[in-house]
Amino acid sequence: MNTLLAIAVGVLYTTAIYMILRRSIVKLVIGLMLLSNAANLLIFTSAGLTRHGPPLIVEGSTEAAAVVADPLAQALILTAIVIGLGVLAFAVVLIHRAYEVVKADDMDQMKDTDT
Amino acid sequence: MLYALLGGFGVAALAAWLHRLTGRHSGWILALWPATLLLYFLSFLPDINSGTVLFFYDWIPSLQIRLSFRIDGLSLLFALLISGIGLFIVAYAGRYLEGHRDLGRFYVILLAFMSSMLGVVLADNLIALFVFWELTSITSYLLIGFNHEDASARRSALQGLFVTVGGGLALMTGLILLGQVGGSYELTELLDNGDAIRQHALYTPILLLIVLGAFTKSAQFPFHFWLPNAMAAPTPVSAYLHSATMVKAGVYLLARLHPALGGTELWSALLGTAGAVTLFIGIWLAVRSTGIKKMLAYSTVMALGTLTLLIGIGSEQALAAAMAFLLAHSLYKGALFMIAGIIDHETGSKDLRDTGGLFRAMPVTAVVAGVAALSLAGVLPMFGFVAKELLFESVLDDPRTWLLAMVVAGAVMTVAVAALIGILPWYGQPVATKKIPHEAPPALLAGPVVLATLGLLGGLFAPWVDQHLLAAATSAVAGTPVNPDLALWHGINPALGLSLFSLIAGLLLYRWHDGFRTATAFTDTLAKRGPERGYDWLMAALVRIAETQTRFFQSGYLRYYLMITLLTSMSLVWLVIGMKGDGLRLHLDLRDVQFHEAVLIFTLMAGAITAARTTSRLGAVAALGAVGFTVALLYVMFSAPDLGITQVLVETLTVILLVLVLFRLPGFLKLSSTALRVRDAIVAASVGVTMTALVLFALDARLYDSISHWHIAESLPSGYGRNMVNVILVDFRALDTLGEIFVLALAAIGVLAMIRLRAEDKRHE
Repeated sequence: MNTLLAIAVGVLYTTAIYMILRRSIVKLVIGLMLLSNAANLLIFTSAGLTRHGPPLIVEGSTEAAAVVADPLAQALILTAIVIGLGVLAFAVVLIHRAYEVVKADDMDQMKDTDT
Repeated sequence: MLYALLGGFGVAALAAWLHRLTGRHSGWILALWPATLLLYFLSFLPDINSGTVLFFYDWIPSLQIRLSFRIDGLSLLFALLISGIGLFIVAYAGRYLEGHRDLGRFYVILLAFMSSMLGVVLADNLIALFVFWELTSITSYLLIGFNHEDASARRSALQGLFVTVGGGLALMTGLILLGQVGGSYELTELLDNGDAIRQHALYTPILLLIVLGAFTKSAQFPFHFWLPNAMAAPTPVSAYLHSATMVKAGVYLLARLHPALGGTELWSALLGTAGAVTLFIGIWLAVRSTGIKKMLAYSTVMALGTLTLLIGIGSEQALAAAMAFLLAHSLYKGALFMIAGIIDHETGSKDLRDTGGLFRAMPVTAVVAGVAALSLAGVLPMFGFVAKELLFESVLDDPRTWLLAMVVAGAVMTVAVAALIGILPWYGQPVATKKIPHEAPPALLAGPVVLATLGLLGGLFAPWVDQHLLAAATSAVAGTPVNPDLALWHGINPALGLSLFSLIAGLLLYRWHDGFRTATAFTDTLAKRGPERGYDWLMAALVRIAETQTRFFQSGYLRYYLMITLLTSMSLVWLVIGMKGDGLRLHLDLRDVQFHEAVLIFTLMAGAITAARTTSRLGAVAALGAVGFTVALLYVMFSAPDLGITQVLVETLTVILLVLVLFRLPGFLKLSSTALRVRDAIVAASVGVTMTALVLFALDARLYDSISHWHIAESLPSGYGRNMVNVILVDFRALDTLGEIFVLALAAIGVLAMIRLRAEDKRHE
């Protein structure tokens, strides 16, 4: 399963980078979203996959089960997801504003710092 | 000792303020500092024959960098010259630049230079020596460019800086290698270790690098061109830095390292050849010049060549000659430069052809100039004569006869130059000058008078100078005790014959120097093709390379920045894997894949590819949603329920946001050609492949134990929570979460601000 996920991570990175390299800013933002998913999955896969072992301590027990998923990686990804949302919200409003000023969805036309 | 050295920087820092406080007498007031130093260094003189005095202060002990200083004959000779001539230069500058609005700044740099130069000659630690060495280059740069409104001064300053600092770079490498090979950065230990260093395999590169540093600093051919250009500096600077002290730093270094590096055939060939060629070219150009300062500058090049040649020959007599010549040259050249400044200051002319008959107006200066010029020409009974005799004797002993030819030719032309300077401006028909000439004021005259007198006394009391200073200096250069027995009269010998010959031939050359100049005019075209052309070409090439390189890397397009960054990091990753990845293997295993998982992964990949390829905005958003929700499902299936929940929430919000905003924007356009798309796809795919490979490598390699065990074990007892991820977020790593909240708040404020801005725009319309 790791292998398959690793390939999926690769595909996500490929599409993300491809989109970021486009001239359209909207595509750039789409690329950013793909990139954040790709990075999250990268961390998730590298930490090791565990089936049926959520990092919880069941009610009544004082210790975790013998096999649980790595909680630290999950905490990191959780933070990343939320920050990704913040960045996205900001980026989306920013490109909308930029479009209103420049009237084009083309980065090559954003040459001045004055408009 | 430390106060003597670093105190100078303190005085330099205060100089501008002191200047403002004391007004027109600031030169004399500030000259008190070098005077103090001179007395301090003179106090070492009585004991100098009893050995080296060392001072230690720790600086950066972990790197073996110590502020250690040594006083032996060589460093004392230099220290006395630096502080002694410095004393007169500071006083001289106060008068010479009187009323100049930047005089305060001038003092600051001049005094800082003085301390740096003392640092160079007194340092016992190679690294400390190098630091001071570079400081002299920088202060020299600032002083040459003192008249920074003049474009040619700026150019000369930069030229001097590039040449000396470029050599400094080589020197640094050489010194570090020397320190590694010799096992210490302390000169005291290195100088005793000469045999081991000379037999080391790295001896040749060390020697070449250090010699390169010394040659650039001491203006040896083919680096001689910066020195005459450095005459753009005010005359006190030319007299001090570019004649008496700084340019001798290279010579000092060669002399200092002679016990450690010298005595080999390479040493003798390298220094001998460069020195002789520099000597000849220098004095040739001096005879051909008409500007007084230019002429003196070129004759300084000659002197530096002579010193290098003598150190290259390396016999005891040659070393003694080098020390005597060094002392003689500093005395007469300092004096002559200051006299050149006086002529400029009092008459407004800088050219020999514009002066004449000045004796009547300024008799004292004329006499002093005559005395200094006699020393330059090496006439009995001046100290210059002693030095010249020794020079001839050393070169006569050397098997290379062409050296002798060069030296004699140089001596003939030196006499001519001395005559030009000592006679032409003072006697004959008075020439009308820009200003009406007056006798120079005492502050300007003090230096030349004292230095020229010392040059005379030095000759008369040569054995005294020898016993009390030069013997110790020569011994320090030779590495063994030497007694050179300097005397004014050596008896009738071949050297005396050569002396007489050069004197007569030089005077003849002086008599017909106009004819000589016309006859040798052809060399000017040669000189134009000289090393300075090479320098200009190099600088132009540097600018072109910088321009091309900047255009390439700083294109201004986000995608090119990204591409360069990505391709560089990918190459580095693969480089490391290629070099150190012996134990790595790709962890490929598809046996445990369950059907529904496979379906999810394919949905994910299909969604991502669709998002990248679709031409419809709605399609892209839908595909993105598919990707996001699939990732959420993957989280859930692999034991990360919290991630799953968050991802679903975030994804929902994202889709709504995108739909709301994107549809106010125009539809997708095809902005790039197919070729560009293919290129981008290749870059993107290489990143994707690298990331896949990294994950597969990472699964197989675990270098460190996970720290998660602690989090798992302590979640309930320390964090009082059953959901470990939650405990980590709000307890163990609560500060991270605080940071995250902060980021979100900032993003929210940013969004709000942009929306408000738009609302206001609308209202204005």
